Amino acid sequence: MKAARSIATLVASAALVTAVACGKKTPPVARPAPPPPTTTAPTPPGPPAPPEPAREPVSVPAEPVRDDAISSASLDDLNKNSPLKPVYFELDSSELSAANQKALDDNAALLKRYPSWAVTVEGHCDERGTAEYNLALGERRAIAARAYLVSLGIAADRLRTVSYGKEFPFDPGHDETAFAKNRRAHFVITSK
Amino acid sequence: MTKSIITALLAIALLAAWPHAQQPAQPPAPQQPSELGLTISGEGGVAPRLAVPDFIALSTDAETIATAKTISQVLWDDLNFEREFSFIPRDVYGSIPKATSFGDIPFDRWRELNADGLIIGTVQKVSAGFHVEMKLYNVRTRQAVYPRVYDGSSNARFIAHTISDEIHKSQRALNGVARTRLTFDSDRDGERMKGTVQNRSIKEIYISDYDGENQRRVTVGQTLNIAPRWSPDGRSIAYTSYRRGGANLFISNIFQGTLDEVTKGDKVGENWLPAWSPDGTKLAFSSTRDGNPEIYVVNRDGSGLRRITNNPSIDITPTWSPSGTQIAFTSDRSGSPQIYVVGADGLNLSKKTSESYCDRPTWSPAPFNEIAFSSRSGPGFDIRVLDLSTGVTKALTFGEGTNESPAFSPNGRHIVFTSTRSGKAQVFTMARDGKNVRQITKAGNNEKPDWSK
Repeated sequence: MKAARSIATLVASAALVTAVACGKKTPPVARPAPPPPTTTAPTPPGPPAPPEPAREPVSVPAEPVRDDAISSASLDDLNKNSPLKPVYFELDSSELSAANQKALDDNAALLKRYPSWAVTVEGHCDERGTAEYNLALGERRAIAARAYLVSLGIAADRLRTVSYGKEFPFDPGHDETAFAKNRRAHFVITSK
Repeated sequence: MTKSIITALLAIALLAAWPHAQQPAQPPAPQQPSELGLTISGEGGVAPRLAVPDFIALSTDAETIATAKTISQVLWDDLNFEREFSFIPRDVYGSIPKATSFGDIPFDRWRELNADGLIIGTVQKVSAGFHVEMKLYNVRTRQAVYPRVYDGSSNARFIAHTISDEIHKSQRALNGVARTRLTFDSDRDGERMKGTVQNRSIKEIYISDYDGENQRRVTVGQTLNIAPRWSPDGRSIAYTSYRRGGANLFISNIFQGTLDEVTKGDKVGENWLPAWSPDGTKLAFSSTRDGNPEIYVVNRDGSGLRRITNNPSIDITPTWSPSGTQIAFTSDRSGSPQIYVVGADGLNLSKKTSESYCDRPTWSPAPFNEIAFSSRSGPGFDIRVLDLSTGVTKALTFGEGTNESPAFSPNGRHIVFTSTRSGKAQVFTMARDGKNVRQITKAGNNEKPDWSK
């Protein structure tokens, strides 16, 4: 069974890599790996194994776990140190890199774990674009991140978008370190 | 009885204390005893050379003396701004005996300094403000070619602006801009945006006189209010506001103190960057209501929506041609943001720029036929102007900080823009040839300016 699991993992990661590679040009189209086909997994030789204990739940719990730190935190505390990772963009671009997709995969997992959360996806830009065009570029970034999450099965009505252009830089500096932080889609939990 | 008299007195006092909040751009009623229709000219075709000594205070109280001084200084600045006249340097005025009335002007001394024209004024305190008399003299003939009287205002700067506009009109056939105003967004109040754990400063809409005086806050949205645009009648400002969460178009009617919401509802997407049609009845703007940013036109009350562009790329930052028949805007349909022009009916699209990155087109008023825009040049942006009749583009700024968001003065002779050349983003004005740069704002960041019509 262990072997079967690792084969399944391999298949899954191969599919993910393919999806990431294919998805590079058109970000929203990238899809998560399909679930491993359990029926084709080879059965281990020897005597039939005892029935698998049901201690590893496969499906996401419908209700958040009551005693975990995330579900007990206030919205402000959650957003101060958000479990939802921002994604960062190249200059003048709204393309989702492989690293972006990994971050969004994690965000999607969290949003599935906390199905009551509603989230605003904010699009931000650095100061090297114009104030006006950046309003639209930020929107395009927010839309790209949102579309990817929706493709992972997150309900569209949980995800609002807003663009702030270059009005609210996260880092007020004027160097590439600051610019890189400011070109982002930022996730704000608005209700839980 | 006593109470109602006091109330009435208070009301009068309040009105007097707020000189032109109620009645915009209303000059003190000029009375012209005689219109001689003469003009001052320079010698040999050069610009006439003027002297503007301090106006004469006809009473000795401090207020009258200060008013007389302010009028002459502001008048000098206003006249200098258009560069239609040259000036006798003010530091040599002291060598010439001061006139005490129109009767003892030392014309021969001014003539020695090669003055062509001389502006002499008197200021007298009266019950309703000041009684100001001004005469523009031809120094050679000693004739008052343009005598004027101004009554009913106590606002020295406004009296000076009025005199300047009238002198430019009568002497140079020029519509001056001394009584025009600027608007821009500013984070100077340092107030934090609510509803976010991030440290974000709100921005509010400000207005000022053309020379940066009388800076006043217009909005109290406690949110992001950006990219203001003056209505053609100067009574309203349209802008982009996030007060409903997303970006929407709002109009502040600044003299009534009322607010109009142009785009509202759940299905309107984001709405950005309203631009008034020349007749003031419509706004062009960009909206994502149909999926991606497109240019739309809507009546100022939100009715009669019309879509102008239809392209999966970004279309944003519209501006109207002076006739209202065309709209210029920014689109990245070619791969990078460039300036395009389309008919107001959505037909006859043409690409106007092929540079690295262009945005914020602003159409000049007639008789010029130009579009000013921000153009990427190295790490930042510079202001460039495209002459639509020749297709020639020229740069007006040259890499001093980043320079963005140009807008023309109503006479087309000046451009207001944002620059980081002095540190933070500030509003500057410059002449249409790029010279005579003046910094308008100093506190906080001040951006995306517009010039009243």
